[in-house]
This record gives sequence, C-alpha cells and structure tokens, in this order.
Amino acid sequence: MAEKNKTDVIVVGGGPAGISCAITIARSGKKVVLIERGNFAGSKNVFGGAIYTQPTKELFPDFEISAPLERRNVEHKFAILGDNDSTVISYKNNTEVLGSYTVIRAKFDRWMAEEAKKAGVYLVEKTVVRELLTEKGKVIGVKTELEDYYADIVVLADGVNSLLAKQIGLRSDIKPEDVALSVKEVIKLDKEKINDRFNISDEQGCIYEIFGGPMLGMLGLGFVYTNESSVTIGLGVTLNELIERGIKPYELLEQLKSHPTISPLIKDGELAEYSAHLIPEGGYKKIPKLFSDGVMVIGDAAMLVNNLHWEGTNLAMISGKLAGEVAVDALLNRDFSAKFLSKYQVKLQNSFVLKDLKTYKDLMEIAHKKSGAFLDYYLRKINSFFNMFTTVDSIPKRKKYYDFIKTFFAERKFTNIFSDFLYGMKLVWSILKWY
Amino acid sequence: MVLEDKLFTVKYVPDTISHLQPDNEKCKTCENKACTIVCPANVYEWDNVQNKLIVNYENCLECGVCRIACAKHSLKWEYPKGTKGVTFKLG
Repeated sequence: MAEKNKTDVIVVGGGPAGISCAITIARSGKKVVLIERGNFAGSKNVFGGAIYTQPTKELFPDFEISAPLERRNVEHKFAILGDNDSTVISYKNNTEVLGSYTVIRAKFDRWMAEEAKKAGVYLVEKTVVRELLTEKGKVIGVKTELEDYYADIVVLADGVNSLLAKQIGLRSDIKPEDVALSVKEVIKLDKEKINDRFNISDEQGCIYEIFGGPMLGMLGLGFVYTNESSVTIGLGVTLNELIERGIKPYELLEQLKSHPTISPLIKDGELAEYSAHLIPEGGYKKIPKLFSDGVMVIGDAAMLVNNLHWEGTNLAMISGKLAGEVAVDALLNRDFSAKFLSKYQVKLQNSFVLKDLKTYKDLMEIAHKKSGAFLDYYLRKINSFFNMFTTVDSIPKRKKYYDFIKTFFAERKFTNIFSDFLYGMKLVWSILKWY
Repeated sequence: MVLEDKLFTVKYVPDTISHLQPDNEKCKTCENKACTIVCPANVYEWDNVQNKLIVNYENCLECGVCRIACAKHSLKWEYPKGTKGVTFKLG
C-alpha cells in the first residue's frame, strides 16, 4: 500500500457525525484527516434548527460557553392546523437543562471543526471525495478530485445521499418513501419582535412543531424555530407524496407561511436565506449495513434519524463518537476487519441510537398506511372538537356532544374507524413492547 | 413570494459545466418527469419544442432529491467541485 498520503483514519464529511468521530480519534492521539466538500464545515449543511445539550456536551463539554448559539429552547408548541383554525398545545420550562439550542450550521459546524483542529484533526476543505479505494474488498482510502489518500479506516459521514456507502454496496438506492424533502426559510426579524411574538425573553427560544395545515393528509410536518434575530420556518414532506400529488415543496411552504396561526409570527420579516435538504426517514428497517472491512457509516449516511422526536444531530454526534472509539480500538489492535469493526454496531445497539430507532421501527409503515386518518381526518376532528366546545350558540351542550360523536360515523365508515383503532393500538404496542 | 426571489437569497459559485447530467433518451420516455415537480429550486424544465430536459444546474441546492425521484434512473448526479456550488450562510 502506498505510504504517501497515508493516515490512520479518514473521515468523509464535516457535519456533526464526521466532526464528532474525528475529534474522538484525535483526542486519543491517532492521526485523522477530515475531508469536507464545502468551502468550510457547515457551508453545505442544512437542518431544521436545534442541537441537543446533553449529547453535544459529551463531545464538547464547554460548548455552552464557547460555541455560537442562537437561543436556548424553553418552549415546545405542538400546533395542529386546520384549513383556517388551529389547536396548539404548549409545554414551557424556563429551567430546562436537558433541552436544545437553536444554531446556524454555517457558524456552529464551523466552530465544531475549529475545535476538532485544536484537538489535532487535519481538516481538508473544498475537497470532494469521488470514490472509495478498495483492495481485495477492503476499503483502503479515498479518491478525491486532486489526490488519493490512504488510511487504515475510512468513516463515511457523507450525509443522507451517501454515494460512497452505495458505491461499496453497503446500501441500495434510497426510495422516495424513505426520505422527506425539507424546504426552509430563515426570516430576519427584530429581536424584540421575536421576544414579543413568541412570549420569550432574550436568549430564550420557542419551537413550533406543526401538524396538518397545507400538509393535511400527507406524511409531512412543519417547524418554526427562533434564532437570535431571525425565525426559521420550514416543512418536510415524504418525497413519494410530493411526486404522487405533483406538489412543489416551496408552494406548500408558502401556504404554511400564510396560515392565520403562523403568518403573524413572521409578519414584516425579510427573507434572509432559502434552503432545502433531504431528511433520511426510512427508520430502523432501512438502516444500511453499518460497517465492512476498513469502513464504518455514521450519521445521516446511516439513516440515523428519529423523525417523531425531531432528533438527528444527536444521533449523528453519538454515532460518530462510538465509531471513533471503535476506530481507536482497531488501531491499537491493528485489526480493521469487518469482524472487528462490528463492535461499532454493538455499541450503537447498546446506546439510545438504535434502541430508539428500534422502538419506532413500525412507525413509518403505519404512518404511510394511515396518513389519511391520523394526519388528516383526526387532526381535523381535534380542531372541530374545540370549535364545538368554544362555540356559543344556545344549542344545549349534551346535544352538541352527541352530534359531535355522530359525525364520526357519518363521515367515516365503521370499518375504517375500527381499522384506525387497531393500527393505533398496533403502534402503541410496537413502541411499548419490551424486547 | 415567487421562487426566483427565494433563490436570489442563496449564494452560489456556479461551475462552467453541469454536475447534473440526464440521459435525455431516457427522459423522453419518462411519464411523470418527477424532477420537474419536486426540485426545490426548479432546476429542471421540460422543453416541449426541443423535446429535451433543460437543466438550470446553477440554481441547484445540492439536496439530491432529483436523483431519488427519478423513476428512469436517468440522472448522472454528482456533487459540484469542492470550490463550486451552493454555500449556505444560515443553514
């Protein structure tokens, strides 16, 4: 093997997964090269909005003091939007310490990469890895636009599209039902306006998690995050739904922005940046093969996203950390075989990462099957219940309750209601069942 | 707000050649032409006169949705060169 351009580990991709992996390896005194295709780490990265305090601390213990953070989220609002009305449930806790912060990736990922450099990671930016180099089935390095680089282990943190994992057969092509296309806008607003509109003080943040509205009946969700002096609004919809319905994603976002519950939040704001990104949503059953001879897959490239809880960056960071630990172990033992690297999968299985994804393994299947019920009909019924409950029209309340209950049977076949109930129970059982 | 105004906020350094290369013969046989629907930057337009897929690759946000949506596997899709393409300031 060529000794020129040879290092211990190459990590492809400078997002939360790749940086966490590289810094873990560098802190153990091993040589690691982190290759990022953008001008700087974070420049190609897009997400909804939040990084999570506890897992981030595992990698960067002092990040709350030194990292570029926007706001500490103290309030979660779950908004169920009808066509023109809405029901909002809110949970607020000003003293939350195991929560999240909103960040801007171009700032935050860049900061993480700088921390990694301080720890000894060799960061190569503006460089695209075009393919993996293999020898007798073992990954031995990477081919970039300019040069070939060699390493004992290559870690793939190249994001949701992971062309590299596909190249070596760790995964097949992603299907439209296994990704959501997300579009978002960052809208500039005065800090005071944000504080007033979201009922928060400086440095406090509020998250809207949005069901229904323009996404009624689709497997899609919306979000609003508050930054220091901007508001992020976006939505993600499963790709097959967009294709089947022939809907343009940014048109849905325009509809969400004009919904009467949402539009006052961003009124008079100025669009600062529009962006789009894919979210891996296949869940547990669609996780690719996570390792092979000389290679491990982490973060979005490994489909490690918990879509129900809006978690991604934390799974990325922890998977990166665990792969980094296994890489260090492999270097000490000089064993880079698939058998040795399978320790990474075992570590993931023993952590919340694969435990959580396993907990929700049936979620997407049921959600796909029942989106017309749970993401359309019953959302509308929640709003119509509160409409009934709050309307004052001199009709006796008991009659109103009976009329409301009757609507279920008038609007929906009994067999459908029965099947909805069964699927609801099936989902609850799949989540709570103890293995 | 129209898409052009949205894309105006995005910073690009376009390459001189496209990183998105469709096989137009396959595209001609494609019924739904999903890329023309789902692309968040409207990179793809079908030209009925030339019977050809127009690719405005300069506007690409590099999300990869077209590659997955393409029913005909017609797209040769790769990332732009390291110094090219989109730079998100507020991702």
